[in-house]
Amino acid sequence: MSFMNTLMNGTDFDHKSLNALQKVTLRAVVMSFLFFGLVAIEGMIMRMVEVGPKAPIPHMFFHPAHFFSIMTVHPIVGIFGSTYQLVFGAFMFLVPFLTKKPLYSVKIANAVWLLITIGTAMSWIAAFVWQYAPLYTLYWPLPADTNQFSVVGGIVFIVGVALIMVGTLLFIYNIYATIFARVGIHKNKTTKELLISGFGIDGMLNLINKLRGKPPYSKEPALALPVVAIFRGTVDTFLDAIVILSAGILVLVYLIFDASGHPLNVASVDALLYKNYFWWGLDLVADGLVLIYVAGSWYLLATLITGQKLFMENVARAALMLELLVSWMVWSHHLLADQGQPEMMKLISGEMVTAFELLTQGLALFITLVTLWKARPLKMTPPLAYLLGGLVGFGLAVPAAIIQADMGMNRVLHNTQWIIGAHVHIALIVGLYMTLYSAVYVMWPLVTNNTTLFSKKLTWAHFWLYLIGGIGMGAFMGMAGLDGMLRRHLYVHGEFNTMMTFAAICGSMILIAWAIFLFNIVMSVGVKGLIGIFLPSEDKTQSYGIEEDD
Amino acid sequence: MTFASSKELLSFHWMAYSIYAIFIISLIAWFAYNLTRKEKAKSIVRIPFYGYMAFLVAMGVGHHIFTYNSIPWVSQDIMRHHIKPDASYEFEVGNHKWINMPKHVTVQCGQTIKFDIHSRDLVYGFGLFRQDGSMVMQMQVNPGTDVNGILDSNDILWTFNHNGEFDVMSTEYSGPEAYDEKTGESKMIVKKWLTVQGCKEGGKK
Repeated sequence: MSFMNTLMNGTDFDHKSLNALQKVTLRAVVMSFLFFGLVAIEGMIMRMVEVGPKAPIPHMFFHPAHFFSIMTVHPIVGIFGSTYQLVFGAFMFLVPFLTKKPLYSVKIANAVWLLITIGTAMSWIAAFVWQYAPLYTLYWPLPADTNQFSVVGGIVFIVGVALIMVGTLLFIYNIYATIFARVGIHKNKTTKELLISGFGIDGMLNLINKLRGKPPYSKEPALALPVVAIFRGTVDTFLDAIVILSAGILVLVYLIFDASGHPLNVASVDALLYKNYFWWGLDLVADGLVLIYVAGSWYLLATLITGQKLFMENVARAALMLELLVSWMVWSHHLLADQGQPEMMKLISGEMVTAFELLTQGLALFITLVTLWKARPLKMTPPLAYLLGGLVGFGLAVPAAIIQADMGMNRVLHNTQWIIGAHVHIALIVGLYMTLYSAVYVMWPLVTNNTTLFSKKLTWAHFWLYLIGGIGMGAFMGMAGLDGMLRRHLYVHGEFNTMMTFAAICGSMILIAWAIFLFNIVMSVGVKGLIGIFLPSEDKTQSYGIEEDD
Repeated sequence: MTFASSKELLSFHWMAYSIYAIFIISLIAWFAYNLTRKEKAKSIVRIPFYGYMAFLVAMGVGHHIFTYNSIPWVSQDIMRHHIKPDASYEFEVGNHKWINMPKHVTVQCGQTIKFDIHSRDLVYGFGLFRQDGSMVMQMQVNPGTDVNGILDSNDILWTFNHNGEFDVMSTEYSGPEAYDEKTGESKMIVKKWLTVQGCKEGGKK
């Protein structure tokens, strides 16, 4: 087959054979990887600026307003436009697949990816056109500072973020409506039984009964473990959406009053209290839903890859409950450098409870590794390799987090490149995304009806470039942080030139890896197939692998 | 073991974390290799589950106990309202400028200095940096007032044990106005703002 023919038609992909659930999943996945490319380019632009004036990059990017507007949208595009899309798309497929029930609503699922796409695009446009740049932390009163930012830009940005959060709330509704639907295997289950299973209380009761020598509370829990992880992670997703949405409304009110010529007094809102509230919500992404969703994904992937039961399943169920509680009480580690923050909150929430994440994530790592180990010998397939890459990512990033969540260390690490490099980028790029790539390859035959992947060699090229680039970039950024380089600062003289050059080289490996991945996918489904994904589905089935009439 | 300066601490941290990173990457690589082998791998060490859990708890808690005992500024920070400093410097920041800030500060070796900074408008940071760019310390500077309209305190105590000249700079982003529009340079850097003298080579009196 000629190159052009494969490019247009793919290998053997037939978009007409896909049902409504498969198509809506793929739409979210496509948008997610397009946003991933955008976020990788943005990251590279910022990295090149930090390399210094000799970097081969247009001078306009050295302009403070331009540089910080990129820094503002970089996490919005990365976390919401790319990660949320991919996770939401995957979960809206996996929940029906694992519960053997139809998705509550494909229309809502379509609204989710559309709202997140439009919302992300609006936030990006606000930064690009009006250079609205308060950064994603929105530290009060910066987002309402109309001396520095355009009111219109601010309104467009906040409305964009609000649309993302509305999409998020719709995703949550769709997931819970699917889980609680009393159809199929859950026909005779009560809401109470599903709730007990969703919160992992059955796992905890099983453990207690085992210790007391009694028979298990529930031999067959109502919900599969990965669904339990999705159920619990989604609690944090909900709380986080409410916090971000309410903070957005607050900013919007101030901007609208300003535009009307009657500005409100920004001092009416206590900056430190706001910081606590906002970080409580924002941290539910980092230390809540991400860790819980990731643990659940590891368990699912380990069982699918090995075809065996998860090791210590009851402990895993109970640990997910602990993770949820921990995630509500750790936000103060972001405020260890705030001298007005009560010392007791720094000590308990910032240090001690945060340290529990070492336990919960260490447990998830252990259970996953033992499940894989018990099933050896295994063939080193892309899903397994990416899963192991994900484990490496969190194996590096979680201890880095615990180290910096310390009053002594934070005094010299806060707001440095160490935080964003060795912790955040390794956690997201290596830990989270390698896990997600594993899920993509596991789900590929399910969502594409066994379409042949264009090239396995390209898959492996992507894997190695991405893994080395991801770890390398995080490591060099981290080293620059230890040398004193700040993370939310513009360096125009190449002050940390050596480390930033190495970080930029590793960053370009990530960008090349993304291009290889995209090329491989496009060559597999073809341009026609890619367009076909966005056309209405003839098969309106909202489930996978079951007859809906069951 | 006590770290006399942030530089010593960060060097130790660099070494310790690098060793850990190499260890965890090697461990997963070894694991991946043995996952695919038909022959059963020999266990190097057998770690019981509860032993592993106890290790994680010990690491999580022990890390904080270690830093509390080895990093001098932790207890000083917690007890700062009960410690009398050798000198205090109180000033404000607003509109991306340091206001009423001393032009230059000279500190004698071993002195404990209090910096108390009030923000008039936005969230800023206050950080001291060595001439090689490495950080001595930093804190956030939040705006806000009490019921009487007096600006909130953002205070830190720091004991200087090494000679040197230190730059001051805002460690928190406060908008693009903090930078020169043409050159992109920060408007909030004050070069060689603080000098420490009287220490021996290698630190302390």
